[in-house]
Amino acid sequence: MDGLRGRLLITVVVVALISAVTATALAYRESREAVLKRAQNAAVDDFRSRVEQLVPEIDVPTDPRSMARFASKVSSGMRGSLVVVQYRDFTVGSDRSADRTRITPELRVAVRAHPRVSLQRVQYAGKPWLVLGAPVGLGSPSGPGAAAQPSGVEIFAVVSLAEEERDTAELVRSVQGGLVPVVLLAVLLALLAARTVLRPVHRLARATRRLATGELSIRVEEKGRDELAELAHTFNETAGTLEHTVGELREQEALARRFVADVSHELRTPLAAMTMVCSVLDEDAGQLTPDTAHAARTVSAETAKLARLVDDLIEISRFDARAVALTVHELDLAEAVRATLAARCWTHRVETDLPPGIRARLDRRRLDVIVANLVANALRHGAPPVTVTVRTVVGDRLTVSVADHGPGLSPEAARHVFDRFYKADSARARSEGSGLGMAIALENARLHGGTIEIAPQTPGTGAVFTLRLPLRTDSAS
Amino acid sequence: MPHVLLIEDDMSVRDGMELVLRRHGHEVDAVATGEAGLRVLSRPRGGGIEIAVVDLMLPGIDGFEVCRRIRGRGQLPIIMLTSRGDDLDVVSGLEAGADDYVVKPITGRVLEARIRAALRRAGPLTRMECDDFAGLVIDRAGLTVTKHGTPIPLPPTELRLLLQLSASPGRVFSREQLLDLVWEHDFLGDSRLVDAAVGRLRAKLEDVPAKPRYIQTVRGFGYRFGPL
Repeated sequence: MDGLRGRLLITVVVVALISAVTATALAYRESREAVLKRAQNAAVDDFRSRVEQLVPEIDVPTDPRSMARFASKVSSGMRGSLVVVQYRDFTVGSDRSADRTRITPELRVAVRAHPRVSLQRVQYAGKPWLVLGAPVGLGSPSGPGAAAQPSGVEIFAVVSLAEEERDTAELVRSVQGGLVPVVLLAVLLALLAARTVLRPVHRLARATRRLATGELSIRVEEKGRDELAELAHTFNETAGTLEHTVGELREQEALARRFVADVSHELRTPLAAMTMVCSVLDEDAGQLTPDTAHAARTVSAETAKLARLVDDLIEISRFDARAVALTVHELDLAEAVRATLAARCWTHRVETDLPPGIRARLDRRRLDVIVANLVANALRHGAPPVTVTVRTVVGDRLTVSVADHGPGLSPEAARHVFDRFYKADSARARSEGSGLGMAIALENARLHGGTIEIAPQTPGTGAVFTLRLPLRTDSAS
Repeated sequence: MPHVLLIEDDMSVRDGMELVLRRHGHEVDAVATGEAGLRVLSRPRGGGIEIAVVDLMLPGIDGFEVCRRIRGRGQLPIIMLTSRGDDLDVVSGLEAGADDYVVKPITGRVLEARIRAALRRAGPLTRMECDDFAGLVIDRAGLTVTKHGTPIPLPPTELRLLLQLSASPGRVFSREQLLDLVWEHDFLGDSRLVDAAVGRLRAKLEDVPAKPRYIQTVRGFGYRFGPL
């Protein structure tokens, strides 16, 4: 059970319980009072009429025997309640064995002070009792009353209220039984409420997550006119604005990319013609005047550079457009690195540590691009000796490290070395490369699921670039 | 010197290439469209053309279609001219039957080297032998291949690849070795050339190209002829 649902449930149940218990308590108190009062009134009426009826039979002063007879007669008229008659020092009860402590001193005082029927509710042996008491008046036709002569006889009756108590207890029990369905109903209602509230909230949360993962077209249903609908509306507005903005940005980016790609492609055709013609110029340079020969060679060299730059630009724009795919074959790494070095006549400028027998599934052309760019970078910006080292790491990865012994990279350079057109030495506006080589190398490494890392600078060594690639062999893939 | 058919729609590139090819002693028929190129080839004896250099992006029928039509009528070696790294173009071109591809911009020297290599593949081979591999008869003297008596016409690159592989049955050649031996690429040739040529050969030789009998793949190493 999640937080909001739990809290809602607990709140509703607590509120339902409080109201149910309060209502029950109030109803219990009122009904108990009413029941007791009725019982009390009935007992008082009984008591009074009985006493009135029997008063003529008693003579004052009296003797214990007639008192006892009187008591038992009153008692028999009151469903066998315990009746106690007192006259001076005599006390006689309808039941000899009965305990008379239920008649409290307060009641005795009240009886003595008031000529009417006094009563008191007492608890005895865990049960409720009603104790009535009255002075017996003589010669009064209306029985014990203000006008009668006090006879000195006092009569008490102890009536059990157990039955009434049982009735009210029964009431409480039935109310208690009613509480369970009330609570269950409350739980059900709370769940329903939570559902109606939480469902849109969940939907919103889900939509937000999907929005966060880039699914900008996501919208939620706006139902009703409550705060949740308002929230949904706001969410939709936000998503709409975001989609619009991101769409615009993407469009601009795509336009920019397509522009680069288009420009590069457009440049390629004239470059193709220029490259062809330049090779003619190059070949004939020896027969030209020195100035013209110089011009011809310069044009040829610059054309070659331009061609390389355009190639790199097209390669980068293909990476940006995610239009590149790997053509993987299992190959011998040492062999591949040696071929890369040999193809560029670097074999004598680079030291190698190439253990035989390391095989991996790689794109040969792209591996060549990575290694060539790393070595070219080391040769251009570092200092000899440049070392290429191939290793396998813990069986499932392989590394190709290219180290030089130059001054190494400044932290600034290390941060930007893979940026496009980044020039470590800003004074040298044009370097030999296109400025895209390292960026292309990194893209190619990523395409293989690998990375290129720069080792932290340590004194006495130059820059160390390490290509890390997953070692996928035929049997493993 | 070899007679080259150049199909290239851009005038400057066409002129530049024609200039270079003529300087290297080739006779050149330079045309701007695939239709014009096919017209040249439909002249008597193919107009004397010995090799075709075809741009892929052409107005009208494109380079792939030109490759297919040239293949349909003969064994003329084809080098396709393509934009760099457009993998799809390279693969489609090779599958359409091109023997080799070069990427623009290209220097005259590289183009000349590729042309010479392609022509060498088309040239005669010295070994005089006739091998019979379970019904597949390879006549090294007559440079013909028949299967159960039915001639199988093969373009030079595929024929040379088959001759190379079948000369040492059971020996495994890596893609790089085959590139070196058949295409004469001295370095970093594209193994897609090998794969495409093997694919085309299988389609012609094998009963079930998906389960090759003659030219088998050795996973992680390369290709092998047999064992049958």
